[in-house]
Amino acid sequence: MRGFWKLLLVQAKLYLREPIATFFTIFYAPLVLLLFGAIYGNDPTPLFGGRGTMDVTVPSYIGLIVVTVGLIGLPIGAAAARESGVLRRFRATPLHPLAYILSDIAVYLLMTVIGVLLLILTGVIVFHIQFEGNVLSVLAGFLLGTTAFFALGYLIAGLAPTARIAQTVGMVLAFPMMFLSGASMPLEVLPAKVRAVSQYIPLTHVVTLMRGLWFGDSWSQHWKEVAVLVGCLLVGGAIAARTFRWE
Amino acid sequence: MGTAIEVITLYKSYGPVRAVDGISFTVEEGEIFGMVGPNGAGKTTTIECVEGLRRPDQGTVRVLGLDPQQDGYELRRRIGVQLQEASLPPRLKVWEALDLFGSFYPRRVDGRALLEQLGLADKRNAPFEKLSGGQKQRLFIALALINDPELVFLDELTTGLDPQARRAMWDLVRGIRERGKTVFLTTHYMEEAERLCDRVAIIDQGKIVALDTPENLIRSLGAEHRVVFTADGQWDDTPLREVPGVTRVERVGERMVVYGRGEGLVSGVIGTLEGMGVRFRDLRTEQPTLEDVFLALTGREMRE
Repeated sequence: MRGFWKLLLVQAKLYLREPIATFFTIFYAPLVLLLFGAIYGNDPTPLFGGRGTMDVTVPSYIGLIVVTVGLIGLPIGAAAARESGVLRRFRATPLHPLAYILSDIAVYLLMTVIGVLLLILTGVIVFHIQFEGNVLSVLAGFLLGTTAFFALGYLIAGLAPTARIAQTVGMVLAFPMMFLSGASMPLEVLPAKVRAVSQYIPLTHVVTLMRGLWFGDSWSQHWKEVAVLVGCLLVGGAIAARTFRWE
Repeated sequence: MGTAIEVITLYKSYGPVRAVDGISFTVEEGEIFGMVGPNGAGKTTTIECVEGLRRPDQGTVRVLGLDPQQDGYELRRRIGVQLQEASLPPRLKVWEALDLFGSFYPRRVDGRALLEQLGLADKRNAPFEKLSGGQKQRLFIALALINDPELVFLDELTTGLDPQARRAMWDLVRGIRERGKTVFLTTHYMEEAERLCDRVAIIDQGKIVALDTPENLIRSLGAEHRVVFTADGQWDDTPLREVPGVTRVERVGERMVVYGRGEGLVSGVIGTLEGMGVRFRDLRTEQPTLEDVFLALTGREMRE
């Protein structure tokens, strides 16, 4: 795994040099949280079973960051590295393909974690949000949702012939998901017909799982979410591995 | 001196297209070996099979005693590669690229000194996207040298560079050989092959049509030298045809081309013209080049 750490460091620096990617990964969710927090506040409401709007919004917005990185940032980055010839250049070195792929995953994971931490920190400091779950459990749920969406992202990059098409496909999938999954607006405020559709959207299961674990649900209450996300991870990962190419 | 590369009857097809059609050659340690031919002749496919980046359909390839397909990781530690089509992340800085690629190898040279030698020292902090074409090529050479390789591959090194940058690049390549390394390069510039390479393989339509030193290739052609000049007025060119060594004379208006062989050709032509009192100007001589060798071997011009 020679070169892994250096590559990880360099990739992280390169990520932070892209202002748009950095903004949407790290700053967008906390800023939207501040905006809606200013409008709705965090007083307990019967709609959320006595919890405040911000209490519910923070775990939901984790889904917003996951889908932004997984379906927009990652497919564009992976397809562009292939299309521009960057991967070709790496291939002519003794760098192991596994080291490259792991460092790629690690960078997107790192950026997602930073975004999520800033989001939670904003929620805690500004809105004094409640947390009723188990930290390790929430972390495990987060990792499951994130890796499932990364697998879908690599799947898009592998199937798309060009970076431009990867970008288009990623955005076309990501934006409806943001609004129909409960990531942007709580499912509780959506009409019943829309909520029926939501069940078929992978991001809904990330949001539901994160909200559930955040408020102390057990994993057995969320077997459906876990099954869907593990399925995305396995199917997406398998197809992504088959469609991976250096150029 | 041993053998750095040995290729025996290499075949590689892309669908119905035979890109490489039974090529064999060896590259000796310490030489600059060039593969020259028109675009699409099979040069890049050959070099990438040797580097281990492509899998040959048939044939044997040994590089530094290794099989590029079986021992790819071991081989890539010991070679340096400049690819015809490659890129780096747009915002990666020059020093970061060297630092990063250096970290892939157990043995590496000082990146700072390398940048100094390649004239990139003042571009250390420049991002890749801001470099000129020549600077990018020099950076790719630096990356190919960062592991102090025994064997360096340069694929179409000077394509897209202006003549001045091209000449500077030639000096760099000669410098690589002077440090005891073997160089395997491809080019579609005959002049580049002639000036730079110790030995040249001329490749056309996937086959090697000739392989020797540039001097031998040109000599084997037995090609004529040309004396070209412009002369005013009406005069009889018969005496020129009788100058020793002259084989033929072409006249297009005021422009004359005298073809011939031998040491005394130029002085013979000039002496005859002066004896006849013909006023001539713009006289120059043209030697046969690899370009002529290619034309003679394939019946086609290099550049269509």
